Amino acid sequence: MSQTFDDISRQLGRRHRRSARLKWISMSALGLAGLFLLWFFSDMLGKGLPAFQQAYIKTTIQYSQQASQDGRKAIDQALVPLVSRTEVRGIPRLLRNQPARVGTQEFRWLLTKSEVDQYLKGHRHTLNAQEQADIQRRVDSGQIALRFNAAFFTQGDSRIAESAGLLSAVVGTVMTMIVTLSIAFPIGVMTAIYLEEFAPDNWFTQIIEININNLAAIPSILFGLLGLAIFINFFGVPRSSPLAGGMTLALMTLPIIIISTRTALRSVPDSIRHAAFGVGCSQWQVVRDHVLPLAMPGIMTGSIIGLAQAMGETAPLIIVGMVAFIPDVGASFTNAATVMPAQIFTWAGEPEKAFVEKTAGAILVLLAVLISLNAFAVVLRKKFERRW
Amino acid sequence: MNNPVKNNPWLGTPLPGTQAVGQPLTINEQACHELSIRVRDLDLWYGTNQALKSLNIDLFQKNITALIGPSGCGKSTFLRCLNRMNDLIPSVSLSGLVEMDGRDVNSSKMDEIALRRRVGMVFQKPNPFPKSIYENVAYAPRMHDLVSRKVDQDELVEQALRDAGLWEEVKDKLQAPGTSLSGGQQQRLCIARAIAVQPDVILMDEPTSALDPISTATIEDLMDRLKNQFTIITVTHNMQQAARVADYTAFFHLGEIVEYNDTRVMFSTPANKKTEDYISGRYG
Repeated sequence: MSQTFDDISRQLGRRHRRSARLKWISMSALGLAGLFLLWFFSDMLGKGLPAFQQAYIKTTIQYSQQASQDGRKAIDQALVPLVSRTEVRGIPRLLRNQPARVGTQEFRWLLTKSEVDQYLKGHRHTLNAQEQADIQRRVDSGQIALRFNAAFFTQGDSRIAESAGLLSAVVGTVMTMIVTLSIAFPIGVMTAIYLEEFAPDNWFTQIIEININNLAAIPSILFGLLGLAIFINFFGVPRSSPLAGGMTLALMTLPIIIISTRTALRSVPDSIRHAAFGVGCSQWQVVRDHVLPLAMPGIMTGSIIGLAQAMGETAPLIIVGMVAFIPDVGASFTNAATVMPAQIFTWAGEPEKAFVEKTAGAILVLLAVLISLNAFAVVLRKKFERRW
Repeated sequence: MNNPVKNNPWLGTPLPGTQAVGQPLTINEQACHELSIRVRDLDLWYGTNQALKSLNIDLFQKNITALIGPSGCGKSTFLRCLNRMNDLIPSVSLSGLVEMDGRDVNSSKMDEIALRRRVGMVFQKPNPFPKSIYENVAYAPRMHDLVSRKVDQDELVEQALRDAGLWEEVKDKLQAPGTSLSGGQQQRLCIARAIAVQPDVILMDEPTSALDPISTATIEDLMDRLKNQFTIITVTHNMQQAARVADYTAFFHLGEIVEYNDTRVMFSTPANKKTEDYISGRYG
């Protein structure tokens, strides 16, 4: 006996309900993930954005003879408790380097102590009521104000919170990434070309392939140990240097570049290879003239993503000594340096309240760099996407 | 040495395998039929699976030879033996002689690049390089150092495109990508690319199977003109096409050449029952 539509609909009701339920579960999972992300971003922005502003005080600096011995003599004595120690210390140094300035005077913005800055931003501070009233009066008269924090981007790390900046970490990151990319990119791409285009398919190449895939899943701190044991202890590469860190990160980036390059090479259709072989290309000419140009966008995308991952890596760098207090911008690849995530790690451990917003600010900068790198990779992939 | 052509009582008649029976050509036709590629006892295996069984065939210069037969009969595999494209498949092993210009093409002394320079290939699906039309044609001659000056290169590109009957259609857009052309134009571009290095032989692996009837007719006309300069060996699924364009036809079945003969003879009076069944459309 055949079933009527009503019979079938009754049975189907349960199935429809189940699929609707699953749909809601998956949608709420997505919603939850989005919520966490939103929370994270708003927290970071809330904590980090104030770091891009800093309290400055506008005053006249008397470059007197006395000031070249003691910077405090150059400014109004009432302001000495408010002005940052780095500014005060800088005055004698300035006069030593430029003796001609002795006897002149200057009217400009000086960094205040972080206590003033924290008070202005409404954070926790240790100022007493009298000091607060004094500062409030100067704020009202416009002598103290929150201004764009140039020091955050133009200075290196400092123990003094108000003048701690990211520059040494940014330069360290750039140098480390140059080392990483110049090692990992050629080795990774050539390895992938060999495995994909030249190597015979036998147990040996299969073992290599399995191991490369496993390498991508190894905890990154182990690469740090390897870097310490081989590059620093065996080859004598200077500790804490961008060279040591870059080489260690190159080990970590290598499998990512190899895997993405192989995928990109594999996506080039065989018809192109056949066409090239058909006109008498050698194996290398096939790769160089036909396969590689087509695979290049994919290779670039993979390399950028690998680079972004290396840029956010901290654990292996702890072991090769790049998590350190580096106040000066590194001069060469063998000098001690630090990188952005390591700087964040260092600042996060500082007890002073002012470093909390520095930490969040540095995280924002790092996130912005990583997001723009990934966006660039996406744009690259979309732009050169090819349909066969 | 036993020259199968000279010792053949019907000089110039294809020496068929043991099974196939040939019929004589007219004297006039024999005159221009010089041996191009000689194949003796060619066996080929994919792993342990034998795809070609003891093939014997003589292919003649400046003629079109069509290879026909049902799917999986080994005709494309055989075609790829002639320029060693099977080298690209790791599991292939072969034995026997494929001789061109007095040399065994499978010997270790033969450079497959030199071979492919003299034996060009056109594939089933048009596969121009994703470069400009000009570059598609100019790439191979430049790579083989056939041209050094830009003027010579321009001239060679024009000549190859004219020979392929494509010049008038693309002369104003030589820098456009080759993949922007229509399917039939792309296939003619691939033919231009193949003839630009002045090969002796052009292998065509079902060159029209991906094309519409009008493009197919254009390519067939083109093949007819090109046979004055080149030896053309084409695989086709289309028996009417074989009958229209080919001077000789070889019928493959299960890895063997069942019959090889002058096309007109083969299609009018096939010697073998299987050939007759295939040609009349009873299977295939």
